[in-house]
Amino acid sequence: MNYLMGAFKPSCNISTTFSDAKNRKQVPMKKENGQTVMVPLFHSQENIAGKISIEPLPGKKVDHNGVKVELLGQIEMYFDRGNFYDFTSLVRELDVPGEIYERKTYPFEFSTVEMPYETYNGVNVRLRYVLKVTVTRGYAGSIIEYQDFLVRNYSPPPTINNCIKMEVGIEDCLHIEFEYNKSKYHLKDVIIGKIYFLLVRIKIKNMDLEIRRRESTGSGANTHVETETLAKFELMDGAPVRGESIPIRLFLSPYELTPTHRNINNKFSVKYYLNLVLVDEEDRRYFKQQEITIYRLQESS
Amino acid sequence: MIADGVENEEKWLAAGIAGLQQNAFYMHRALDSNNLRDALKYSAQMLSELRTSKLSPHKYYELYMRAFDELRKLEMFFKEEARRGCSIIDLYELVQHAGNILPRLYLLCTVGSVYIKSKEAPAKDVLKDLVEMCRGIQHPVRGLFLRSYLSQVSRDKLPDIGSEYEGDADTVVDAVEFVLQNFTEMNKLWVRMQHQGPAREKEKREKERSELRDLVGKNLHVLSQIEGVDLDMYKDTVLPRVLEQVVNCKDEIAQFYLMDCIIQVFPDEYHLQTLEILLGACPQLQPSVDIKTVLSRLMERLSNYAASSAEVLPEFLQVEAFSKLNNAIGKVIEAQVDMPIFGAVTLYSSLLTFTLHVHPDRLDYADQVLGACVKKLSSKGKLDDSKATKQIVALLSAPLEKYNDIVTALKLSNYPRVMEYLDLETNKIMATVIIQSIMKNNTHIATADKVEALFELMTGLIKDLDGAEEEVDEDDFKDEQNSVARLIQMLYNDDQEEMFQIICTVKKHIMTGGPKRLPFTVPPLVFSSLKLVRRLQGSQDQEENPFADESSTSPKKIFQLLNQTIEALLIVPAPELALRLYLQCAEAANDCDLEPVAYEFFTQAYILYEEEVSDSKAQVTALHLIIGTLQRMHVFGVENRDTLTHKATGYSAKLLKKPDQCRAVYRCAHLFWVDDQDNMKDGERVLICLKRALRIANAAQQMSNAARGNTGSVSLFVEILNKYLYFYEKGNPQITVAAIQSLIELITTEMQSDNSASDPAADAFLASTLRYLQFQKQKGGAIGEKYEAIKVLVNDTVVIFTEL
Repeated sequence: MNYLMGAFKPSCNISTTFSDAKNRKQVPMKKENGQTVMVPLFHSQENIAGKISIEPLPGKKVDHNGVKVELLGQIEMYFDRGNFYDFTSLVRELDVPGEIYERKTYPFEFSTVEMPYETYNGVNVRLRYVLKVTVTRGYAGSIIEYQDFLVRNYSPPPTINNCIKMEVGIEDCLHIEFEYNKSKYHLKDVIIGKIYFLLVRIKIKNMDLEIRRRESTGSGANTHVETETLAKFELMDGAPVRGESIPIRLFLSPYELTPTHRNINNKFSVKYYLNLVLVDEEDRRYFKQQEITIYRLQESS
Repeated sequence: MIADGVENEEKWLAAGIAGLQQNAFYMHRALDSNNLRDALKYSAQMLSELRTSKLSPHKYYELYMRAFDELRKLEMFFKEEARRGCSIIDLYELVQHAGNILPRLYLLCTVGSVYIKSKEAPAKDVLKDLVEMCRGIQHPVRGLFLRSYLSQVSRDKLPDIGSEYEGDADTVVDAVEFVLQNFTEMNKLWVRMQHQGPAREKEKREKERSELRDLVGKNLHVLSQIEGVDLDMYKDTVLPRVLEQVVNCKDEIAQFYLMDCIIQVFPDEYHLQTLEILLGACPQLQPSVDIKTVLSRLMERLSNYAASSAEVLPEFLQVEAFSKLNNAIGKVIEAQVDMPIFGAVTLYSSLLTFTLHVHPDRLDYADQVLGACVKKLSSKGKLDDSKATKQIVALLSAPLEKYNDIVTALKLSNYPRVMEYLDLETNKIMATVIIQSIMKNNTHIATADKVEALFELMTGLIKDLDGAEEEVDEDDFKDEQNSVARLIQMLYNDDQEEMFQIICTVKKHIMTGGPKRLPFTVPPLVFSSLKLVRRLQGSQDQEENPFADESSTSPKKIFQLLNQTIEALLIVPAPELALRLYLQCAEAANDCDLEPVAYEFFTQAYILYEEEVSDSKAQVTALHLIIGTLQRMHVFGVENRDTLTHKATGYSAKLLKKPDQCRAVYRCAHLFWVDDQDNMKDGERVLICLKRALRIANAAQQMSNAARGNTGSVSLFVEILNKYLYFYEKGNPQITVAAIQSLIELITTEMQSDNSASDPAADAFLASTLRYLQFQKQKGGAIGEKYEAIKVLVNDTVVIFTEL
């Protein structure tokens, strides 16, 4: 294997550096193999510029039919692993066919790139952005180098952000009214609210508020839904009586949330729900799930 | 099964402590290495042990205290962190990330305490947030302990007046608001315990609840410690809010405990000024609440307050404390239909004590209380509840103790009416209490009206009441009646007219006493009357004819009354006692120069002697008394006196035993010889009596000789010798030296004779008699001469005899 590796060892090193690498924020990204690496973070409409340098191994030359760099936005469904659907694809030709004897550096720039979707790593789907450098060679196969980067997009605070207020229950058994102060929360937001007990005829043991993520992939009959509980936050301990009101204050920052993604390129959606769960003494669960929208707010520096 | 439960609980506690300690260990390590994240993690895990539901409050407390200690260390760490520049606000958020609510809230309270200390936010805001967030714990025990923790860490950080946490304006309101809210929530949790769990464990639950009550009450204590709670705030905010909670929780245990708490923790003057509000809550409490104890304690406190300083008394008047309390008690009794009569009486008793302390000059208040009590009692009839009667005794004793004077109590018109409701036994006890009070204080009861009232009160002792058939202990009965007798002796008025009225009143009452009581009660009355007679006599001597008016008191009238009184003893029957009393009366009549009255009394005495006194011993005693009394009578004319002496002598001779006869007869001799009255010196009849006595003595000896073989004692002779000597000395011409000498000779002969029984007493008696002779001889003078005539020939012999 080592021998083979040696045989197919690319005859050159390709490295990509971004022009503002020093100032650009680096964020961790989990790779497929589970390792976390730091990658630069970009937002939509930014200029992505930098240099690509190709350095042949000492004493070797690289014959090529041209060098190009592509900026790809890809969606990969895990049931169809390895098969990328590119929703964005930009190409810059860097060099005409020829030979490279020594380190050669190519500047590149994609200006005001439209990257409408955020990078996302889900259970069944991932969305990634990558710079793909290709040294095209005819016979020996092209040399390809990928450079991952992350995209996050800020949303302005929503102009309409109603509270969620609802009276729910079981007839003659349990009536509660709950209220969450908003329907749209940013990632570092706090959910404030309260639960008001209108009628309690069951012996409640405790009450939790869960944050659930619902990732649906595919469409039509092939829709695949995966639900994860990201947070389980105990709101109440013990049995309340009629008239009690229990406060809610849930900080979202400790949880690994992403913004809500709705129908990304007809491929997938990620939605968030608040699930209010009451457990009675016989461990029966009574719950009510409410969707909330999560958005990324421009972090004030 | 129960033992199992206890054992299991021990196990769970041990497991809880172990878990707690383990996490505390890791927490310490994190603290030592300044690792905030780990510190939070392990402290949360440590606090998770408090989430258990398996421990009783008692054991839970043990666990809680350990956690409490650990949290102090954590708090220190937070303080350090804050000092090192860690944002306390961030810290405040950070601890709220904990997923489990109980650890989260403990941590929040801990950081909150540091937060307030840092003054980065107004104390009131932090407190408000904390107390709100704690609502998440709805489990009673866990909630109570959490809130108790909150209360504990916030105590020294309330934005009170003068506190370093005091904010810009009116923050004391916030401090109060905070404590009130925490109190309200804690009370709700505490009350809720009552309704959770199976009904069969009610008792256990109530026990557990009582273990927890101080956690709730502590809040009231905190409130009372807040400087800024002045009277106005207490009146307008604190008290109404607390009472609202107390009333609305509708829980018996809570209401009782909290009312008591309120009374105990807040200052007396506040209570006084808010009496209306506080009392207004009482009728609204659950009917089963032991309101009487609550109110009693309140009144007790107020009484003590009143007693503490005279300066506060005007306050009491100003707020009309009495009428408010009185009203409130009325309402409570009305509201609590099921309140046992004992409860009502306790309330009245406390109120009475209160008014006696606070308004000692307002007898009308005391009477009002008693009146209200009567009203309440009237709906129930006689009491058979021993607790209630005990309370009534306390109620009735209170005025006595306060005034130390039954006279004051007698002014209370409702006093006897209350007593009417006592059962016989208690009535007696109460009457005894009254008498003891009189005795102790030497109370002077000086008018017939009061006496009337007093005896009304003591009916239980004075007569048999209806339906009283109970077995009375003989000794108790004696004690009771003796005390009545003492009481009768104490009734006194300088005014003779009034005194007579008193006597009439007493007589009226004791006549109803029945055969068992009369022997005890009649004598003191008789003597008391006789005392009056003598006083009348005394004043009569000084003033000429002060009793011209028919209606006024005269000895005669009293004697009439006495006659009736003593007659009553005949029914008993107590002839011997009656006889003595007749004789006493006769003597008094004698002193008043009322011959017919005296004669009448003597007649009565004789009749009694003849008809009723049958026991021979009693006869002897009675006869001696008759003789003694008769001897002293000087009022009788010759005829009457003859009749009476004749009779007496006759009785003497008819006594059963010879020695008795003998003695009675020689005593009769005195009837004919009254030293200071020359017209009553009949020497001849004296001698006849003595001779007859000698004859009888002789006969007695012979009888003894015949029956027992010896002549018995010579003591009778010696006694007669003494009589001889007496009359000789007094100058009775009929008593001759010869007679005396022959009597002495006779005695010595008798003593030396073989068949006389030796009797050291008689020997000694004779020896003394002879020594007396000797002594008189040596005196010289007229008497010495007189005695010189008597030759005691056998003197020496006798002396030898006696010395053996």
